[in-house]
Amino acid sequence: MRIQVNGEPRVVAAATVLALVEELGLDVRKVAVERNLEIVPRSLHAGTPIADGDRIEVVQFVGGG
Amino acid sequence: MTDAQDTWTVAGRTFSSRLIVGTGKYADYAQNAAAAEAAGAEIVTVALRRVNLSDPTQPMLVDHVKPERFTFLPNTAGCFTGEDAVRTLRLAREAGGWGLVKLEVLSDTAHLYPDMVETLRALDLLVKDGFDVMVYCTDDVVMAKRLEEAGAAAIMPAAAPIGSGLGIQNRVNIRLIVEQAKVPVLVDAGVGTASDATIAMELGCDAVLMNTAIAGAKDPIRMAHAMKHAVIAGREAYLAGRMPKRMYASASSPMAGLI
Repeated sequence: MRIQVNGEPRVVAAATVLALVEELGLDVRKVAVERNLEIVPRSLHAGTPIADGDRIEVVQFVGGG
Repeated sequence: MTDAQDTWTVAGRTFSSRLIVGTGKYADYAQNAAAAEAAGAEIVTVALRRVNLSDPTQPMLVDHVKPERFTFLPNTAGCFTGEDAVRTLRLAREAGGWGLVKLEVLSDTAHLYPDMVETLRALDLLVKDGFDVMVYCTDDVVMAKRLEEAGAAAIMPAAAPIGSGLGIQNRVNIRLIVEQAKVPVLVDAGVGTASDATIAMELGCDAVLMNTAIAGAKDPIRMAHAMKHAVIAGREAYLAGRMPKRMYASASSPMAGLI
């Protein structure tokens, strides 16, 4: 599937948000995910499908003031 | 000795430490965590950014500055519109699981003063969405009142531009904001050294928020320690009630019994 993750095009095999986070090598407990401008709550990661053309944002806390 | 009962409360959460520290600009997250410990901080501000997908193994803030140890206060640094700020904080709430946040809607990168019209609009959106919002603002007394009326959980005027270290530029305004507010008032931004933090507390602020003053010091850990004491000193002096100022001298030793 061709999707966009954090602004960059990417071809992924993952069929769900949870699978995508795992495919990206990230710890699901430490990130938040937005799919097409809608937040996907952690509890719904496993049940939320990834579709061709999706725009995904994966964010985390970093240092800031 | 600080009174153990001297706490402050924001949005139903009670804290003993009156020093909130940022987590930006440190050499690394380990130094960052050590500085937050040395500051005695209970709250740290954090930013929300895209994960670096090219290297998912790089160090993460939460592995060093742990959310079990500190209350995270997510910010909206880098947001220039109300919509950006709301989007960021919704993601932060999902990442952290709570709704206590710091709203800052910036205007111009040269001075990083907040756009208060956008800030007020964003505050309204966030309050309706159930957030407890601590608001970075200018030291405008009237605008501070507006923010409180719009449901701000805390008023956080800049003492001087973010990262400038210039100290409190307008003590009168900070004091007026403190006197009128029924929610906590924190000086946020502009503190440069320990005496600045003390002055903020002497003016009656409930707490002080700083980042660069600690991270930008030659020895950040030592400065964090200094700031901890500066905030305690200022708070104690405020509670003690300072002596009145007078124009002329008043001898401390008795005149009677002079030889």
